[in-house]
Amino acid sequence: MNLQEIIHRLDLTPLTHPKPFESIHPTGGYASDLLSCVIAGAKPGNLWLTIQAHVNIVAVASLNELAAVIVTENASPDPAVIEKANEQGVTLLVSRETTYQVAGKLWEMGIR
Amino acid sequence: MSNLHELQGRRGRIITDKDAREISRVEELSYDLKISEVMTRNVKTVSPDMPMNAVLEILRVNRISGVPVLEHGDLVGILSIEDLVRCMEKNELHFPVSAYMSRNIVSVNAYDSVVKAIETFSTQRKGRLPVVDEAGKLVGIITKGDITRGVLNALQRDYHEEELRRYRASHLFEDITSDRTSLILRYNIKPRDYLNGGQASSHIKRALLRLGANPQLARQCGIAIYEAEMNLIIHTTHGGIIRVQIEPHRILMQTTDDGPGIEDVQKALTPGWSTASQEVRDMGFGAGMGLVNIQRCVDRMELESAPGKGTRLTMEIILRPEERFKETEENGTVA
Repeated sequence: MNLQEIIHRLDLTPLTHPKPFESIHPTGGYASDLLSCVIAGAKPGNLWLTIQAHVNIVAVASLNELAAVIVTENASPDPAVIEKANEQGVTLLVSRETTYQVAGKLWEMGIR
Repeated sequence: MSNLHELQGRRGRIITDKDAREISRVEELSYDLKISEVMTRNVKTVSPDMPMNAVLEILRVNRISGVPVLEHGDLVGILSIEDLVRCMEKNELHFPVSAYMSRNIVSVNAYDSVVKAIETFSTQRKGRLPVVDEAGKLVGIITKGDITRGVLNALQRDYHEEELRRYRASHLFEDITSDRTSLILRYNIKPRDYLNGGQASSHIKRALLRLGANPQLARQCGIAIYEAEMNLIIHTTHGGIIRVQIEPHRILMQTTDDGPGIEDVQKALTPGWSTASQEVRDMGFGAGMGLVNIQRCVDRMELESAPGKGTRLTMEIILRPEERFKETEENGTVA
């Protein structure tokens, strides 16, 4: 399952510059709003589900080389956050649904 | 660019430092490059007894404007399109090559610099020059186009090498001979500067990758430093300093600050324990896992603190033999 299909099937909105999403294959997922837990628990290539939308999510995603951050419940990162994400090559996606719903759907789609 | 650094070019155009550098590099290249590196090999040749109409066909098919004439392997002449035109004017296409070829051969040596060919082109009015080896045997042909192409290719190679040099520092420890080489990176971290949180750690991670560290190691260091960096931003009174000492056999990372210090160091090391404010917790910090994460990423962690004075956090990663930065053989690794 590639990121392009995930974006399409979960109706996610990319906030950052487009990338060849079809060549990105997420290796799994991690859901938490505590940055230190994400640092410890998320693995490179994972999708990260969080309601956090402030600038430090970019640093965490970049350090952990995550495939993308899915910001849930329509939380909207500031333009400065999006700019920083573009600078660091981090993909930010927004979902209208809750972290619980998004995680459930991803699990169903085989992202485990 | 200041006027001091500008020169008035011959055609009135301003020549900048950058132009000057490029021009002199082209000049340098014309000395560095050998004719054998830019000439065309696999030269089409003709023999003196071949009829001119056969040559016409060779020039037309190969889209070239001249050919060397060989007799028993020796260079005896050059036949150019101008000779062919003269021949056509006289309607003598059935004549042999020997009747029209030029016997005045100006050749260059394959081992000469390109600059020699440039000089020859400017003194002799020739479109192409046969290239011969030490024994005088024809090995190629050179035109002004070959020179331009050769120099452009060399400039392109230069550019790539320059890029590699600029973006890779993995030879650093190999290039420097000393009894103990280390590279020190320092970052000043401001308190409450959440916007730049993670900047220092991402710079350190990138520096390690450029030095040739394996990605797993760079990630580990990045994570350890990130947690320490955020601690400086969140908790310190005046911010602090991150100091990373990179040595071929280890990476020593240290953060120091001048307060407020930690009341109970033992408690601070307990997973889940945090003194973070609600405001900071709302941003996702204060999970009480920072120091625990650091411990997981490094071989040795030491937390020293005195309330009212400040805190020093030392993190050390001892590199496994396969992770070590390459050194010159003369350098002794001090354990």
